[in-house]
Amino acid sequence: MQHVLVWASAVAETEPVKNPLLPEIYDIVWSIVPFSIVLFFFWKVILPRMQETLDARAEKIEGGIAQAESAQKEAAEALEKYNQLLAEARAEASDIKEKARAEGAIILAELKDQASTDAAAITAKAHQTIEAERLAAIQSLRSEVGQLALDLAGRVIGDQVKDSKSSAAIVDRFLSDIEKNEKSK
Amino acid sequence: MLNGLTSLVLSSGVEFHAPSISEFFPDIVLFEGTPFAMNRIMIIRMIMVTLLVVIFWLGTRNMKIVPGRFQALLEMGLDLVRVNIAEDLLGKKDGRRFLPILTTIFFLVLFLNITGIVPGFNIAGSSVIGIPLVLAVASYVTFIYAGLKKHPGAFLRNALFPPGVPKAFYIVVTPIELLSTFVLRPVTLTLRLLMNMIVGHLLLVLLFSATHFFFLGFGEWFGYVFGTGTLAFGIAFSLFEILVAVLQAYVFTLLTAVYLQLALAEEH
Repeated sequence: MQHVLVWASAVAETEPVKNPLLPEIYDIVWSIVPFSIVLFFFWKVILPRMQETLDARAEKIEGGIAQAESAQKEAAEALEKYNQLLAEARAEASDIKEKARAEGAIILAELKDQASTDAAAITAKAHQTIEAERLAAIQSLRSEVGQLALDLAGRVIGDQVKDSKSSAAIVDRFLSDIEKNEKSK
Repeated sequence: MLNGLTSLVLSSGVEFHAPSISEFFPDIVLFEGTPFAMNRIMIIRMIMVTLLVVIFWLGTRNMKIVPGRFQALLEMGLDLVRVNIAEDLLGKKDGRRFLPILTTIFFLVLFLNITGIVPGFNIAGSSVIGIPLVLAVASYVTFIYAGLKKHPGAFLRNALFPPGVPKAFYIVVTPIELLSTFVLRPVTLTLRLLMNMIVGHLLLVLLFSATHFFFLGFGEWFGYVFGTGTLAFGIAFSLFEILVAVLQAYVFTLLTAVYLQLALAEEH
C-alpha cells in the first residue's frame, strides 16, 4: 500500500499536470483544420449532391403523379369521344334504317302501281285482240257461209243463182233471220 | 492480504496504472516545436477526417434515385440532421441555409467521439479541448451572425433587454441574459462534450487497467473474480460510450440548431 502511494506521487512529480481546459496551439490548429475540411466538404460537395438527389426524387414523384393525371385525363377524353362516336353511329344507323324502310315502302308502292297498270294494259290489249279476232271471224264466216248457202241453194234449185246482188241480199236476210231466231230463243 | 498485494505487484512487475489527465497529452511525434505539432490524438483526428471524407465521397459519388444499401445508410445519417434537426427547428428555408454547419458539427463530432471505443485508437479525437472549443465557437459565431443578419439592430437589444419586462428589472435581467446567451452557451457546449469524452476515456482506462492488474498482477481467485467484474463493466461502458458518442454529437448539433432558432425567431 505504501509502495503504491510512493509510486503515484512519483508520477505526479515527474510529469507536470496539464490543465485540460487550456488548449495548446497545435490542438487548436488540428481542430480548425479538420473542421474546415469537413465543413467545405459537406458544404460544397456532399450536401449539393444530396440535394440534387432529393430534387431528382421529388421531380420523379411529382412527374409520375402528373403523368398519371394526364394519362387519366386522356383516357377520360378518349372514353367520352368513343361514347360520342358510338352515339353518333347509333343515331346514323337508326336514321339509315328509317330511310331504308321508307324507301322500301315507296318502292313497293311503285311496284304495285306499275304491276296493276301493266295488268290493266295487258287486259285491255287482250280484249282488243279478242274483239278484232271476233270481228274478223264474223267477217270471214259471213262470206263463207254466204257462198256455201248459195252453192247449196244452186244445187237444190238446179239453177245457178247468177245475180250476185240479189243473192247477196238473200243471204243477208237469211242470216239476219238466223240471228233473230237466235235472239228470240 | 495487503502484504500479498504489494509483494505480488513487485514480483510480477505489473503495476496498477491509474489513469491521469496526461492521457490526453501524449508525446508529440510529428512536427515538434511548430504550431502543426502532432501527437497520436491529432493523428487520430486526421485519420477520422480522411475516413469521413472517403466514406461520404464514395457513398455520394453516384447517387441513385432509388438508393442502394450504402447510399441509404448515408442518406439516413444526412436526413437525421436535415429532417430531424434542421428542418424541424428552423423550417425548410433556414434549415437548408444552415444545413452545412449543422451537418459538419454532427458528423465531425460523431466520427471523433467514436474513436474512444475503436480498438487501436482508444481515445476520442474530441477528448482534447480544441475540437469542442472550435465547434462551440463556430456555433456561437453562426447564431450571432444569423441573429444580426435577420434582425439588424434588434437582435442584441432583444437578447439583452427582453421586451415586455419592466424597465427596472433590466438591472437584474440584462446581466443574466448576457451571461446565459453570450457566455454560458459556448462554454457549456465546449465543456459538455469535452467532459463527456474525458470522463468516458478515464472510466474505460480505469476499468481495463484494473482488469489487467487483477488478472496479471493479482492472480488467484480474488484477482479473477474482481478482474472479471471490472472486465464486464469495461465492456458494458464501452457499449455505453457508443451511445454517448452518438448522443453528444446529436446534442451538440441540436443545441446549435436551437440557438439558431432563438436567434432567428421573430421578436417576442
